[in-house]
Amino acid sequence: MASSVKQRGAAPAPSAPPERGGIAARWAAMPLLARHLLGALAAFAAVVALTSMTDSLTDLRIASIGYYTLAVAGLGLLVGFSGQISLGHGAFMFIGAYTTALLVTNVPMVPLWLNLVITVVASCVAGVLVGAASARLHGPYLAGATLTLAVGLPAVALRFPEVLGGSNGLSFSTRGAPPALAGVIPDTRWQAWAVWLAVLLALVALATISKGRLGRQMRAIRDDESAAALAGIKVGRTKVVAFVISAGCGGLAGGLQAYLLGTATPSSFSVVLSLSLLAALILGGMGSLWGALWGALALVYFEVWGETLADALELESKVSNNLPIVLYGVILIAVVLAWPQGIQGALSRLRRRWQRR
Amino acid sequence: MQSRKLTIAAAGAATLLLTSCAGAGDVEDTGSSELDVAPGVTEDTVVIGSHQPLTGPAAPGYLQISIGAGAVYDYINENGGVHGREIEYVVEDDGYDPTRTVEVTRDLVLREEIFAMVGGLGTPTHSKVLDFLNEEGVPDLFVSSGALMWNQPEEYPLTYGYQVDYTKESKVQGAFIAENFPDAKVGYLQQNDDVGTDSRAGLDQYLSDNVVSQQSYESSSTNISPQMAELKDAGVEVLVCSCIPAFTALAMLEAQAIDWQPQFVVSSIGADTATLMGLLKEFGGENLPADQMLDGMISTGYLPQITMSDDPWITFYRKVHEEMGVEEPFTNTMLYGMVQATQFARALEAAGPEPTRQSLLDAVNSNDFSGPGLVPFVATEDDHAGYDGAFVSQFNAGGTPEILQEPMVTDRGEGPLESFDLERPTPREIDILTE
Repeated sequence: MASSVKQRGAAPAPSAPPERGGIAARWAAMPLLARHLLGALAAFAAVVALTSMTDSLTDLRIASIGYYTLAVAGLGLLVGFSGQISLGHGAFMFIGAYTTALLVTNVPMVPLWLNLVITVVASCVAGVLVGAASARLHGPYLAGATLTLAVGLPAVALRFPEVLGGSNGLSFSTRGAPPALAGVIPDTRWQAWAVWLAVLLALVALATISKGRLGRQMRAIRDDESAAALAGIKVGRTKVVAFVISAGCGGLAGGLQAYLLGTATPSSFSVVLSLSLLAALILGGMGSLWGALWGALALVYFEVWGETLADALELESKVSNNLPIVLYGVILIAVVLAWPQGIQGALSRLRRRWQRR
Repeated sequence: MQSRKLTIAAAGAATLLLTSCAGAGDVEDTGSSELDVAPGVTEDTVVIGSHQPLTGPAAPGYLQISIGAGAVYDYINENGGVHGREIEYVVEDDGYDPTRTVEVTRDLVLREEIFAMVGGLGTPTHSKVLDFLNEEGVPDLFVSSGALMWNQPEEYPLTYGYQVDYTKESKVQGAFIAENFPDAKVGYLQQNDDVGTDSRAGLDQYLSDNVVSQQSYESSSTNISPQMAELKDAGVEVLVCSCIPAFTALAMLEAQAIDWQPQFVVSSIGADTATLMGLLKEFGGENLPADQMLDGMISTGYLPQITMSDDPWITFYRKVHEEMGVEEPFTNTMLYGMVQATQFARALEAAGPEPTRQSLLDAVNSNDFSGPGLVPFVATEDDHAGYDGAFVSQFNAGGTPEILQEPMVTDRGEGPLESFDLERPTPREIDILTE
């Protein structure tokens, strides 16, 4: 930190030859939001570059990593920053997926961006309702309340089969690449770009919030609620805001999933989903958005690797069918035992050790 | 400052570019895809795929289907394959979760490059990949579900049904009950999805005056005591159960618990007696006289049943089961998968020595695959029904089931029930199945 402050003075000198310190200084001098936006742009370019080398199935998986990253990151803000627990984040994905699905099927002319904005608004409203309760509940009580949400909400689809399609859910097609680009860019790749663009913009918002004033307030509440209250932080309101932001991220993730896969079905949003999101968060590491990315990667790819492994080992079908699930569990336990801070925690420890040399 | 503007501009422009063009749900028809191709077909193999619940809540009931199908393919491969090619059957686990169905189906089509999708299982699951398979030009044969939507040749020209659809089957049930229990009070217990609504459409044509209570259940909630109490209180004598096996078993246990003995009439999807016995014992304890509880149960079906020991196909499949060393017991559910595999292998053979997707579809459309089922198997250009009718039988504890009504065919509308002549070949008459 100290070195970057020193370099800041040197940067404006126009005659200074371009050097590494100059770029770093300029970077550090930039406002937070601009830095995050540039980072997001770079990440988007990376996604575009990556997908141009992959097949359509990998594009789909890359896009899945995108929306899972957002869902886990939103949960990370809630759990890692404001210190609240949610066992029901799948419910917000459910709300998001159904909002998008209903918009696509009933008003197909609404463009995607507006669709997603409405989806975020709808899930934020849900977040306000749940968050209002969450401000009064602590620990296991909050966990119980959110768990109820995850168990109960998908049943809404069964209650209104005419509108929400009952247990068979809704299926629909979403628009891929515009006609001008049809044949040049496969639909799935185009959709993967759209998903990642939305995810990155949301992550920029999340990163900016968590580094800013609100993020500091959340951490203060997480560490000591009474101290935070004494310092003038409105504890209840901040907690609700954290919940709303987190719900918005979950909803957007669900909406993007519906957009990508063209389905919204109650059985996809079971308690298992909520718990896997939480597991992915712990695996990836709390307190950093990178952790969400590792968690999402694990969610999508552990299963694929598990299947490949099962095929390679030529195990008995009873064993191989369940191997992916077992593998995920074992790795989760191992990571938590070896690195309680998750993958990101382990990585940053490695980096620190390397820097010290 | 300049770079900040640049960033915002870039992000904004990209957003607009990606999303502003038109409505997210406005999808144009992209026309049909090339069918004169043969991905997955090599010198010595044909790769086909299926999505099945191998894990998760639906696995215990349906796992046997793909095991049965796999055994038949193994048997065919050991006896020379189809036109010298081995059938490579790739089953991917979707856990009955539609989201995963979408993923594994893309995996099958894009990475495994399957020649055809065969017997994809489940209505909530398979309905999510119909569009994809038809757009990609992948023959989607013999879907493992009785929903009506597989038989829409106009909209989904590549998708073909397999089992008798729920409406046709329940018309057979309704007519049978109206004739044999004319004055009985009838109650429905139905799954709250298309199984229920499609079944009701058929039953009501014959029973609307006799029905005294209609109840439905959610497959996610195993407590059906309130529904059963309602049915009992309404004085129901004949209970029509359009249920999956777990709920047939639960209904029987609950009826026993409240000391009520209605006549059960169960759809084929929930009437596999071997599966039911296992479930009854699982839910009600090992000492339960499951055999006795099922005694007298009336059910509809379209395939021969494993207890029909003098049927040549049952003898044949029993042999396949034994020779291929299948560990799981031989049940009607397993038979379902075995017949499905047989029908596909026959179509593949009829597609000729150099099959393409088009020639496979042409072969299927030849409508030339009667048997192993006991009702006609309909597959033409305009009708993708699959098995087209049902018979009614009654379970006898310890004995062979008694056929109460010979197989009848009908339509899904208001047409009559008709009998038919069926030339049903034996396994010996089918080349690919002989040693």
